[in-house]
Amino acid sequence: MFNASLKQLSSQLAEKKISSTELTTEFLNRIKKLNPEYNAFITLNEDISLAQAQAADKMLASGQAGPLTGIPIAQKDIFCAKGWLTTCGSKMLSNFISPYDAGVIERFNQAGTVNIGKTNMDEFAMGSSNETSFYGLVKNPWDVAAVPGGSSGGAACAVAARLAPAATGTDTGGSIRQPAALCGISGIKPTYGLVSRYGMIAFASSLDQGGPMAKSAEDLALLLNIMVGFDPRDSTSLQRDVEDYARDLQKPLAGLRIGLPKEYFAEGMSKDVESAIEKALDEYRKLGAEMVEISLPNAALSIPVYYVLAPAEASSNLSRFDGVRYGHRAPSYSDLGDMYRKTRAQGFGAEVKRRILIGTYVLSHGYYDAYYIKAQKLRRLIAQDFTEAYQQCNIIMGPTTPTVAFNLGEKSGDPIQMYLSDIYTSAANLTGLPAMSIPVGFGDKNRPVGLHIIGNYFMEAQMLNAAHQYQQITDWHLQSPV
Amino acid sequence: MQWEIVIGLEVHSQLSTRSKIFSGASTAYGAPPNTQACVIDLALPGVLPVLNKGAVERAVKLGLSVGAKINSPSIFARKNYFYPDLPKGYQISQYELPVVQGGSIQIQVNGVEKNIRLTRAHLEEDAGKSLHEDFHGMSGIDLNRAGTPLLEIVSEPDMRSSAEAVAYAKTLHALVRWIGICDGNMQEGSFRCDANVSVRPRDTEKLGTRCEIKNLNSFRFLEKAIDFEARRQIEILEDGGTIRQETRLYDANKDETRTMRTKEDANDYRYFPDPDLLPLEIPQHWIDQIKQTMPELPQVRRDRYVSKFALSAYDASALTSSRETADYFEATVTQLPAQAKLCANWIMGEISGQLNKEGIEIAACPISPEQLAVLLMRISDGTISGKAAKTVFESMWSGELDKNVDAIIAAKGLKQISDDNAIEQLVDQVLAANAQQVADYRNGKEKAFNSLIGQIMKATQGKANPAQVNAMLKKKLAE
Amino acid sequence: MTLTVNDVKRIADLAYIEIDEGEAKETLIQLSGIFNLIETMQAVDTSTVEPMSHAQSVVQRLREDEVTETDQRELCQSIAPQVEAGLYLVPQVIE
Repeated sequence: MFNASLKQLSSQLAEKKISSTELTTEFLNRIKKLNPEYNAFITLNEDISLAQAQAADKMLASGQAGPLTGIPIAQKDIFCAKGWLTTCGSKMLSNFISPYDAGVIERFNQAGTVNIGKTNMDEFAMGSSNETSFYGLVKNPWDVAAVPGGSSGGAACAVAARLAPAATGTDTGGSIRQPAALCGISGIKPTYGLVSRYGMIAFASSLDQGGPMAKSAEDLALLLNIMVGFDPRDSTSLQRDVEDYARDLQKPLAGLRIGLPKEYFAEGMSKDVESAIEKALDEYRKLGAEMVEISLPNAALSIPVYYVLAPAEASSNLSRFDGVRYGHRAPSYSDLGDMYRKTRAQGFGAEVKRRILIGTYVLSHGYYDAYYIKAQKLRRLIAQDFTEAYQQCNIIMGPTTPTVAFNLGEKSGDPIQMYLSDIYTSAANLTGLPAMSIPVGFGDKNRPVGLHIIGNYFMEAQMLNAAHQYQQITDWHLQSPV
Repeated sequence: MQWEIVIGLEVHSQLSTRSKIFSGASTAYGAPPNTQACVIDLALPGVLPVLNKGAVERAVKLGLSVGAKINSPSIFARKNYFYPDLPKGYQISQYELPVVQGGSIQIQVNGVEKNIRLTRAHLEEDAGKSLHEDFHGMSGIDLNRAGTPLLEIVSEPDMRSSAEAVAYAKTLHALVRWIGICDGNMQEGSFRCDANVSVRPRDTEKLGTRCEIKNLNSFRFLEKAIDFEARRQIEILEDGGTIRQETRLYDANKDETRTMRTKEDANDYRYFPDPDLLPLEIPQHWIDQIKQTMPELPQVRRDRYVSKFALSAYDASALTSSRETADYFEATVTQLPAQAKLCANWIMGEISGQLNKEGIEIAACPISPEQLAVLLMRISDGTISGKAAKTVFESMWSGELDKNVDAIIAAKGLKQISDDNAIEQLVDQVLAANAQQVADYRNGKEKAFNSLIGQIMKATQGKANPAQVNAMLKKKLAE
Repeated sequence: MTLTVNDVKRIADLAYIEIDEGEAKETLIQLSGIFNLIETMQAVDTSTVEPMSHAQSVVQRLREDEVTETDQRELCQSIAPQVEAGLYLVPQVIE
């Protein structure tokens, strides 16, 4: 049951082989047993989860169920969920019971899924190892000495350790794909604007995008069918016709032109990752795909550009955390200014403060043009690289991360090394392109390797097709550490 | 040395939308604290802004009414600073590419017309309110006002006296009400002025260092604050000092301005385009649509009143001080087009005086334009005298006889004696009874004439047509 | 570009984050490294490139001017640090 696909769970529920209440109870018990080791969840709320399961059972009984009704989903603690503690991994929100539901949470509720718990994450989604969480680090279930990746580290761990059938994540610079790769699961960041950002606590508004994390591409397609949709409360939400993301899963890949950016296959990628990626590409050749060498000349700039734009937006987005209306307030202070300064010094962790300071600096008088505007111009050049690349290929592939999961504590003292974990992933956020990671084997110390698939705008169905076809002839996605 | 005062105004005009600029919360004034602050206004984690179409339409109306350029696209930016009444820690405003750019407004001071150029007008959200009543040494924050749409209208430094500044503010105030984008209620803070004031030696070009004066919530304070500030600056300069660029607060109780913050501790606002909002496009067809919903502008009406009704510029201005007044005038004058001046005099005189006295708006005037027109017709056709008309007016105001002019005239016996024979008889009688005064008059005592008129009017209880009496008496005395 | 401890203190002050001397010095070291990475941007000529603010070139959608929100004060203030008489309380605001 813990290894079952969403489709299998759905038919078991539909055929009354198991009830949602039973399924939810099973997963809650497993979480209670294993979470003390992994720390994948920040908050469990059995009463709400079971109430949702019972409601789902009623829907199932009355024949009003949708494809995922009754299935437990782990929600990243960045999504506001009414009545749930919603911390975003921060001390700042350690007492924030959300009075409202995020757009994504509403869509899951309407679909009748069960919120099984809120997953751990890097504080305000700032991190690549899940070590910046105020609620403690998360361990990689493949090797408890390794990081699970971040910021959606709790979600990746929960899916990999089979603590939940599927999870939600958010991705600002790689926060779905990098932990998916490091934990050996599948995850997709859709085209910017497809998944509502309403109620998803903002890190960098022009880069943030929610998406699903699950065992397989097929599961991701079913989850995207729920998560994607226009939300009038988000000005950047796109109004488009409803798509079935599972529609092309079975298409043969013959003739698919896969672009391989030479910059991604150059120095920086470790040997073990390279070897797993090459093997995966061989499988694609077997499936009939054609490999095309392409170039993304400005690829190396995506990290500096990202580390200007994301902190700039974050420094402003995080100004609302001031101890006035909700969240942490310093227990003692001398005056108003002191209350603000102490509240924010205490409520934010070191990495969040670092990024607020970077962002404040690049926006400040005299530096705005040299940093912020410069980065926005380079952002356009990076986007143009992709536009040109898609003249020559349908889809782009490469490694999701330069190395397999590093050890806990290995990079936590060195922000720059940590930032470079996003070297392949942040371009998709800067451009808004859809991108995903799927497991393609193991590298050093038997830690998972992820294949990065970047599609053209709105080509999620094609990407899922490519991923699914690969998963039909391989079984990396079925392997579980526990 | 002769000094010249240079003034530019920034006016925050609260737009009359039902809901806030970025949320669906109500903008109604006076609700219990924080009952109109929704999760978006409170800046809860994760909430997002969506722009109110009504706010954009109102900004476009202002732009069209001052002949400005409507920018498309127009961009929203974040102005970052911390303050407890600013929930997000930034205000959504516009920096580069405001909705409205340029344009101008005509003002009149002592009968002289002057053109004041506008720099820009941009959309932004209002902040909440800090209440300083003592809550155990703390302040209370009410965020009902947070997110209310404002249009900040910025003028060029084109004004040269407090009188011009007041005329500009009043003209703009009348305009925003005229085009229906702002209720103009200054007590409730719907129309707030900041003044940038500097002085320079007369006949020089270079602008002096300016000070911005905040908190000018009436036209009188605007005038007094500018006068005080100009005097202050001139005194400093004449004593050999220099002006420090700063923001000053006007204290109405002491009638003075004082330092609020200096340029040194001015904020670094770190403006940048708001990533939650996309470029605002205002296509021409939408502008055309908005244009069609707009009333004829006050300047156009003013010109028409002068050319069509031969009114003075002063009268035309007074009648167009508000759209309601102008509409009232037009509804009246259509009934008697040849008597525009009479209509104007009565509206600006009796009607306006009585409205002021009772503190009511012209829209709620108990006498309708049609009823007033009937009264004025009775004056112009000689049925009643101007003096009697005032009596009729008072009766109408208090609602007597259903405000029926003719019924009131009849009931009060106010009909003028206009019959020539009747008047001749009257005059003859009075002349016969006052032989001495007739003799005095003929001996050159002019005063005797008025006394005779008085006698005649007294005999008719004031009902004789004074012009006819006058003419008849002159004729008889000359015989 | 060389950052100084005073720059760090100034931006911490702008960001309203209390920082002591020791933290400022430590932060300076980290930020200097990050800005060295960021400086690599300057090598590219962007004089003819338009800045890109959004991932999609779409325009702002507008809301109809309608009141859609109801009073949620009680719920929202149940999670507030300090309230009285419906107001959020903060240390005295001095204007």
